[in-house]
Amino acid sequence: MSSSFRPSRRDFLKVSTALGGGLALELTVPVRSLAAEAKAPELTAWIVVNPDNSVVIRVARSEMGQGSSTGLPMLVAEELECDWTKVRTEFVSTAEQIRRNRVWGSMATGGSRSIRDSQEYLRQAGAAAREMLVAAAAQRWKVPASECDAANGVITHTPSRRKLRFGQVAQGASKLEPPKEVKLKDPREWNLIGKPAHRLDIPDKVRGKPLFGIDVQLPDMAYAAIAQCPVFRGRLVTVADERIKGLRGLIKVVKLEDAVAVVADNWWRANRMLKLLAIEWDVGPNGGASTESIREFVRFGLEDSSVPVARNDGNVEAAFSSAAKVIESEYYAPFLNHAAMEPMNCTALVKGDRVEVWAPTQNAESAHATAAAVAGVPLENVEVHLTQLGGGFGRRGFQDYTHQAVAIAKAVEGRPVKLLWSREEDMQHDYYRPMTLMRFKAALDSGGRLTAWRVRDASHSIMAGVRPQEIKEGIDRHALGGIVDMPYEVPNLRIEFAMRNSHVPVGFMRTVFHSQNPFMRESFVDELAHAAGKDPYEFRRAMLQGRPKDLAVLDAAAKSSGWGSPLPAGVHRGIAVQDSHGSYAAAVFEVSVSGAGELDIRRVVVAVDPGYVVNPDSAEAQVQSCVAYGLTSVLWGEITLKEGRVEQSNFHDYRIMRIAEMPRRIEAVFVPSGGFWGGLGETPLAPLAPALCNAIFAATGKRIRSLPLKNQGLRLA
Amino acid sequence: MIELTVNGKRHSVDVEPEMPLLWVLRDVLDVKGPKFGCGIAQCGACTVHLNGEPVRSCSVPVSAAADQKVLTIEGLAQRGQLHPVQKAWIDHEVPQCGYCQSGQIMAAVALLGKNRDPSDKDIDAAMTNICRCGTYARIRTAIHAAAKTLKSTKA
Repeated sequence: MSSSFRPSRRDFLKVSTALGGGLALELTVPVRSLAAEAKAPELTAWIVVNPDNSVVIRVARSEMGQGSSTGLPMLVAEELECDWTKVRTEFVSTAEQIRRNRVWGSMATGGSRSIRDSQEYLRQAGAAAREMLVAAAAQRWKVPASECDAANGVITHTPSRRKLRFGQVAQGASKLEPPKEVKLKDPREWNLIGKPAHRLDIPDKVRGKPLFGIDVQLPDMAYAAIAQCPVFRGRLVTVADERIKGLRGLIKVVKLEDAVAVVADNWWRANRMLKLLAIEWDVGPNGGASTESIREFVRFGLEDSSVPVARNDGNVEAAFSSAAKVIESEYYAPFLNHAAMEPMNCTALVKGDRVEVWAPTQNAESAHATAAAVAGVPLENVEVHLTQLGGGFGRRGFQDYTHQAVAIAKAVEGRPVKLLWSREEDMQHDYYRPMTLMRFKAALDSGGRLTAWRVRDASHSIMAGVRPQEIKEGIDRHALGGIVDMPYEVPNLRIEFAMRNSHVPVGFMRTVFHSQNPFMRESFVDELAHAAGKDPYEFRRAMLQGRPKDLAVLDAAAKSSGWGSPLPAGVHRGIAVQDSHGSYAAAVFEVSVSGAGELDIRRVVVAVDPGYVVNPDSAEAQVQSCVAYGLTSVLWGEITLKEGRVEQSNFHDYRIMRIAEMPRRIEAVFVPSGGFWGGLGETPLAPLAPALCNAIFAATGKRIRSLPLKNQGLRLA
Repeated sequence: MIELTVNGKRHSVDVEPEMPLLWVLRDVLDVKGPKFGCGIAQCGACTVHLNGEPVRSCSVPVSAAADQKVLTIEGLAQRGQLHPVQKAWIDHEVPQCGYCQSGQIMAAVALLGKNRDPSDKDIDAAMTNICRCGTYARIRTAIHAAAKTLKSTKA
């Protein structure tokens, strides 16, 4: 494969990324006062207190299963001192967000950032609202506010024991100026944060309520099914629709630049007619690409004599020449599909110069900007209704399906249209986890200490597509996550980066580069430990003395798993550590492997330090979720290409873990050390692949340097 | 016209006989609990009961449901009371994104209808629905809990 590949980027992405994050910077809409906006008594933009004491707490981040639509309101309620049992939530409106000059801050939901990025302003909003309520009560009683306390939705005048409920003073409180500064509680005073809370979204979810984007139902709604050019970056040439003319339910065939949509009176008919179309594609120059050719193209980055250097501590070459032992290895991780359970979909209505969108998106503002751009209307003329997401995992931060839905809605103007992708479209038109190769060379001295390490990373770059300005002098530090910032003390360390972007679109997928880079780094550290004749846990410990938090989770995982204690015959352990997304994690696996390659995962211990745990119940769920998601990738995950197109099409050939395959013993060990706020939706996944592969090595002597395991003669017992 | 009973209510639908039951439910009858996940009976998000048997409605033509009884997640609660499986799902905080859970719950209800005290192996065999959030540990716990509730209420 030649190096004529350019960064894979579709035109609409320019729109969504240019306008996505910094949307408000482009806006010059006047800011209205909060009081003028409020219909119900609003206390700060986040909180509405109703006369019946019920409290509405607004949520700006998307709910895709991670539980932040409960965790975020807990942060508000902790300071508000309301009655938690009377809390409801609502997603904020993007139209309001724009009218009110982005009063709710970022709506982007990714990178495990919902809690850690908004915890401060949410707690401050809760505290401000509480002070307003207390001030309103004090005014009514004509007493100093300092004599009043708020707890569980009730304000008490301590000296006189008089009481008022929040709902009784909310109207008055809403007319007060929010305090400029508030004092937040000391973590020792927390009543909600850190205690298990029932998730607010679960009761509706067990009733099968229509919560998701796919469930949107509007009067006179039409349905669209879509076929996209099977080769990325290809184009539509022509479509012959003779075979579907006059068929029942047909509304319109809509041609897009790289796709064809059939609009009909229900989705099944639309999808059936889509398959009857004769579509001619111009697949472009990538119609011959295969997994092998792309792998060779990426692999060239390992051989290239001149690539940028991201880090160069000491002098690796000198250290290699005086080494007692030199170890070299090459690692590989394939493309992966996100495979959210709810296929991509979006509903849009274009009416004159106004656009309304219903989207299961991880970034409602980006969807808003995309809709405005595609429809060619001002941002003020758009409204995006955020729905629940049937999984996101990073996929739903992209706006390709929003773009398509609005373009199709334009073609049937005045009528709402729900675009839904088939699973096959979803499988074959993702922004895949990037294929990555890495070559390591390391030196050990006569005492078995790591003296030098050279890394050559050859990878696709996600940033090249979404935020190219973050690539400096050819180095994408994001792609080097877990490598360029590795926690180990290595006296001589050289890290080289070769950006190799094929025609395959790549994107953020749960834990992103921390899902494949730690597999490589921590497997190689295991190789070094064995070469040095040292215990893999102790070998790591010695190099983490300057990193107390990484060390503490490593110790916690080792201690909880009984590292070093005897195991039944044939059972072996593996260990790994990896910080990511602001938190720290380490894992220990216990496995046995039969002579026939049957892998039995007997125990998984994951220790996590996220600083603070907001809802322990959701936190534990995230660890379990990371185990299922991470192991699915390690065991089976692989997107392959032939003739420029993705070979996998559905769950029969892109296998997802089922209940029978889920390890029975998963132990989440939380060791929150306080003083910082880290993410939880992704960090626990990072050490899983290497800890498992290191356990497999301990059991079999076989070092796994290429994923998935199904290609390495291993399958679940 | 095809007649079928959905959650106790009779419907007449004027659709092609080969139209999958899932799409009749979702797009014609506005019953949105059963979800579309794969379209090829792999994931189970579309699981409903046809005459008490769990089926993957994406792959059952509506003609096969003609004059039959279809039960979806919306019809599970009786007189406003959630089914013990739904209650167990709440008690054990099973759902994450929740998209697959209608199908998971319908599969679990069907399992418990046949097997009052399923072992872990029975659960493994009956519960083949995919959950991408990995709620499996809690699904298992909740099924065992619901089994206990069902036993004590029927005893």
